[in-house]
Amino acid sequence: MSNQKVLEIKNVDFFYDDFQALENITMDVEKNKVTALIGPSGCGKSTFLRTINRMNDLIEGARLEGDILFDGESIYQENVDVVNLRKRIGMVFQQPNPFPKSIFENVAYGPKIHGVTDKAELEEIVVESLKGAALYDEVKDRLDTSALSLSGGQQQRLCIARALAVKPEVLLMDEPASALDPVATAKIEDLIEELKDNYSIVIVTHSMQQAARVSDLTGFFLMGELVEYDKTNKIFENPADQRTEDYITGRFG
Amino acid sequence: MADLKKKRMLTDKIFKVIFLIFISLGLVVLAALIYDIVSKGMVMLDWEFFTRFDSRFPEKAGIKAGLFGTIYVIGLMIPITFFVGTATAIYLEEYAPKNKLTDLIKLNIANLAGIPSIIYGMLGLGVFVRYLNMGRSVLAGALTLSLLVLPVVIVSAQEALKSVPDSLRNASYALGANHWHTVYKVVLPSALPSILTGFILAISRAIGETAPLIMMGALTFVMFTPQGIMDSFTVIPIQIFNWTSLPKVEFELVAASGSLLLLILLFILNGLATFIRYKYSRK
Ligand SMILES: Nc1ncnc2c1ncn2[C@@H]1O[C@H](COP(=O)(O)OP(=O)(O)OP(=O)(O)O)[C@@H](O)[C@H]1O
Ligand SMILES: [Mg+2]
Repeated sequence: MSNQKVLEIKNVDFFYDDFQALENITMDVEKNKVTALIGPSGCGKSTFLRTINRMNDLIEGARLEGDILFDGESIYQENVDVVNLRKRIGMVFQQPNPFPKSIFENVAYGPKIHGVTDKAELEEIVVESLKGAALYDEVKDRLDTSALSLSGGQQQRLCIARALAVKPEVLLMDEPASALDPVATAKIEDLIEELKDNYSIVIVTHSMQQAARVSDLTGFFLMGELVEYDKTNKIFENPADQRTEDYITGRFG
Repeated sequence: MADLKKKRMLTDKIFKVIFLIFISLGLVVLAALIYDIVSKGMVMLDWEFFTRFDSRFPEKAGIKAGLFGTIYVIGLMIPITFFVGTATAIYLEEYAPKNKLTDLIKLNIANLAGIPSIIYGMLGLGVFVRYLNMGRSVLAGALTLSLLVLPVVIVSAQEALKSVPDSLRNASYALGANHWHTVYKVVLPSALPSILTGFILAISRAIGETAPLIMMGALTFVMFTPQGIMDSFTVIPIQIFNWTSLPKVEFELVAASGSLLLLILLFILNGLATFIRYKYSRK
C-alpha cells in the first residue's frame, strides 16, 4: 500500500512546433509523497509539469506523444474532461499570481466556478484552505482586503490556499519559492511537509538544498530527458549517473 | 569625457526650454479660450437658459431642446456602444482564431478610427435615415454616433484586455475554469477600469460632435423635446453652431453660454474617467 502510484508517465515526447522539449519521459509519481524535479534552466521541468494538468493545451502548436495515467486512467483521451482533470490536479506557479480581488474571493473562486453557492459552505472552505496554507492567522481580520496588498510570500501561500480550495488530489508546484526570501521559503517548505499527508506533490525547484530538504523522490532532467529518478537520498548521496553527480556537485548547470 | 558630459547637459537644457515654451504656448491658448467662453457665457447664463426653447430673440433663446436631445441621443448611444464595443473586443482578443483574417479585421477597425466624422454622418443618412427608414430620429442619431465612436471604443477595450497578464488567465484555467468563466470572472473585471476610462473618453468625444449629426439631418431650430426614440431632435453643439451663424451679435453670448455648458459636461466626464483610472491604478 505504501508505494501506490498516482501518476504514471509513459514514454512522453513533447513538442513546441518542431522543437522537441521532452524526450521519452517515463516515471511514476507516488501517492502522498513529495517528488522533486531538478535540472538546469531550459531542460523542460516546467513543460513536463504542465503536461500533467494539460496546461500545455493552451499553447499553440504544442503536441504530446505517449501517455499519462492518473489513477490508472489516461488523461490524454478524447473524452477526458479537462476541467475536471485540472480540478483534481492543482497547480501553483513560479510567480505568485493572485487575482486582483479580495483575499476571500481569491480562495472562493475555484469552489464558486465548480458550483458551490452556499455562503456558509464557501466561508468554511475559505477558512479551511487558508489554514491549510498556513496563512489564516495572518489574514483572518482582513479577508475583504485586496490580495495584492499581501507580501510576496503571503501571496504565494494564498495561491496555494486557492489551489487547495478545489480539493485536488495532486498539487503541482513550479518553483513556488523562487521569488521569495529565505524566511518565506522556509514557511512554504514547512507547509509542503504538512500537505504531504493529504496530497501528492510534484515540485520543480532550482535549489538542490530545497529538493533534498522537502522531497522523498527526485528526478533529474537534462535537455528534455529524465536522466535519473530515484529516492532523494540516493540521488544526492550516491547517484547512478555521472551527469547527475556532476550537476548536484555543481560541476555544471 | 567632461566635455561630452557638458555637451550632453547643454542639449538636455535646450530641449527642456523648447518643450516648456511649447507647453506654455498650448496652455496660454487654452486658458484664453476658456476665459473667453466663461466670461461671455456667464452674461446670459441663468436658470431660464435651461428651461427655454430656442427663439429668434437672443434674450429669450434657451438650450432646453439641445440639452434634452443630447441626453436622449447619448443616453441611447451609451448602452449600444458599450455592449457592442466590449463584446467585439472580447471576441477579437479572447476568442477569434489567431490568423491573417483576424489581423486584417483588427487593422481595419484601427483604421476606421481615423475616418473623418462627416463620413459617418453620410453613412448614417444613407443607411439609418433613408434605407432603414428611421427618419431623422433620435435612434438614427444615436446609431450614427455609435458607428463613429465604436472603432475607438473597440481599440481601447482591446488594449485593456491585452494588458491583463496571462498569468491570471493561467491561474484561472489551472483551477479548472473554462474559457468563458476565465474571461467573465477574471479577465473582464481586471480590464474593466481601463475599458470604462477609454469608453467615457469616447463618449465625451461624441457629445461634442456636430458634423455627422447635421449631415444625417438633425434639426437646428427645435421647439420641443423628444418624447421617444423615433422623434426628431437637435443637440447642444448644433444649437451652438446655429447661434454663431445668426446675424444678431447678442447670439454670440448665447452661443458662449451653450459652449460653457458643453465644456462643463466634458469636464465632468473627463473627471470621471480620471477618477476611475486613479482609483483602480492605486490597488
Ligand atoms: N511556449 C513555448 N513555446 C516554445 N518553446 C518553449 C515554450 N516554453 C518553453 N519552451 C522551450 O522548451 C524548453 C524547456 O522549457 P521549460 O520552461 O520547460 O524549461 P525549465 O526547465 O522549466 O526552465 P527554467 O528552470 O528556466 O524554468 C526550453 O528550451 C524553452 O525555450
Ligand atoms: Mg520553469
